[in-house]
Amino acid sequence: MELILPFIIGILFSASLYLILHRHFFKLILGLILFGLATNLFLFVIGRLTRGGSAIIEPDENVAVEPFADPVPQALLLTAIVIGFGIQSFTIVLIKRVYQSFGTTDLDDMNTTDQIEENH
Amino acid sequence: MNHLLIMLPILIPLYGAILSLFFWRSVRAQQVIGILAQVCLLIASFMLLFDINENGIRTTQVGSWPAPFGITLVADLFSAMIVITGSITGMAVYLFSIKGLDKARQTFGYYPVLLVLQLGVSGACLTGDLFNLFVWFEVLLICCFVLIALGGTKPQLEGAIKYVTINFLATNFLLVGIGVVYGTLGSLNLAELAVLVRTPAAHPALINMAGMFFLIAFGIKAAIFPLFFWLPASYHTPPIAISAFIAGIITKVGMYALIRLFTLVFVTDQDLTIPLFTVLAGFTMVIGVLGAASQNDFRKILSFHIVSQIGYMLMGLALFTPLAIAGSIYFIIHNIMVKTNLFLISGVVAHRHGTFALKKLGGLYLQQPLLSVLFFISAFSLAGIPPFSGFWGKFMLAKAGFEIDSFVIVLVSLAVSLMTIFSMTKIWNEVFWKKKPVVDPLLEVMTEQEQRHNRLLHLPVVIMTVFILFIGLYAEPVVAMAQLAAEQLLNSELYINAVLKR
Repeated sequence: MELILPFIIGILFSASLYLILHRHFFKLILGLILFGLATNLFLFVIGRLTRGGSAIIEPDENVAVEPFADPVPQALLLTAIVIGFGIQSFTIVLIKRVYQSFGTTDLDDMNTTDQIEENH
Repeated sequence: MNHLLIMLPILIPLYGAILSLFFWRSVRAQQVIGILAQVCLLIASFMLLFDINENGIRTTQVGSWPAPFGITLVADLFSAMIVITGSITGMAVYLFSIKGLDKARQTFGYYPVLLVLQLGVSGACLTGDLFNLFVWFEVLLICCFVLIALGGTKPQLEGAIKYVTINFLATNFLLVGIGVVYGTLGSLNLAELAVLVRTPAAHPALINMAGMFFLIAFGIKAAIFPLFFWLPASYHTPPIAISAFIAGIITKVGMYALIRLFTLVFVTDQDLTIPLFTVLAGFTMVIGVLGAASQNDFRKILSFHIVSQIGYMLMGLALFTPLAIAGSIYFIIHNIMVKTNLFLISGVVAHRHGTFALKKLGGLYLQQPLLSVLFFISAFSLAGIPPFSGFWGKFMLAKAGFEIDSFVIVLVSLAVSLMTIFSMTKIWNEVFWKKKPVVDPLLEVMTEQEQRHNRLLHLPVVIMTVFILFIGLYAEPVVAMAQLAAEQLLNSELYINAVLKR
């Protein structure tokens, strides 16, 4: 399992970057979601995978019994998932608004703020 | 009381935002709560600075979990100075938005979001925990997203989509960096990390890699070359009250995080970081100022200048001597104020003439001499002409560069100063000096009420100019404090001992 997960993370990162670099809005959304997923999975794996042992301290002991899964990455992950979810939903609503007011799904049409206005 | 003092810059905007959400329907009530919160925040941050100045670094453990297990809040001189500058600009922007922002945007939650944004700024400056830093950055970024898109005009939406996408990527880079740090060192407390990286057991290569992730993440947020392209594409799109605050402070908070991390934690491989920062600083300065020179829009020129000025702050970090870091700190303080003020001035101009395009503007020197003087002071401060504030920051940076024989970067920075004067002269010539090309009789005559509005809009600009003149003409205490702050930053033992109570 520990050998497969890094590969999955790598594939997710590259696929998401590929999608983000596309011009279509929908692929942008998919790319952002996948990028967030890849990051979260990375955070999860970086805390070392321990199966079966949770870091719960028994009533008559002072520390949890080894081996236990590190709870800190799990807490980080939970926070990151929630924040990522918020941002992703904001992005989706934003892209929908952009689609409604511009009537296009092509990111290449969105270059007016970069242009130098000559004859205003 | 000491613990409360550190919490206050976080609690006041938080409670202010919550309270104003209760009065969603009444803009007047939100304005009253907003001004109370701004005044309290200003007082609280000054009290915090005086306290730290007397007693050294202050820490508090949230929820009484001892460091390094709980979340620590740390206030040293550097963070307190940024918090104060943030609250001064917050105050000015708040005063500006009462008359300078349209009613529709004000009714859709502008005041609560502004307060939460200030909450994020204070939190990011005061936290002593890596993951907590990420969370505060998210707080302020989400508010920036909302503020940039607030109102939903076409340019705003377009700017917002660029801003959101690139910042989402930056956030994830930050998370990956945090993951690498936790995976190699097993801690997230900045003070404990600072201890751990200095032990021989640390993996220098992995820590370097994490450092580069942080450099990319905060480099995007601080708009460092070559990661700055989102900035001139989005910062000029929202109404000026919003641009002024975001442009003034958000990139500098990214810079704050970079300086904090690369003076405290990622200091083990300076053979790599210092040349890298030097090159990045030089390019950031030059490309930013060249971009500004090619623009024809008041706000876009100012946006590109943000990039250019970020280069100076990075230059201090690249030189890495106490004087250079002090120069960076002074420069950040000066730049937050001056940049906000210049944006506010462009807002006053646009409020009177309805455009930001340099070609259409003109003749303001005769119409609004007071505004011209205010612009003149801010522009010369930005360019670094003595005795205004920018000069002292650049002087410290240049002196520090000469002391360690880094002539190239100093020469680049001085040349960029000249180019900055060029852009400021361009604005001066086009907006204030030349005759107005097309005189629109409708715009020339102002009603009694419009004139009163326009005079009220001058108020925040005057306040900011007073502060800019203060730190320029009476620079001694600010420079001394910046030097103390730099010593605190470079002497990591002080920070570590204050947090871990050794």
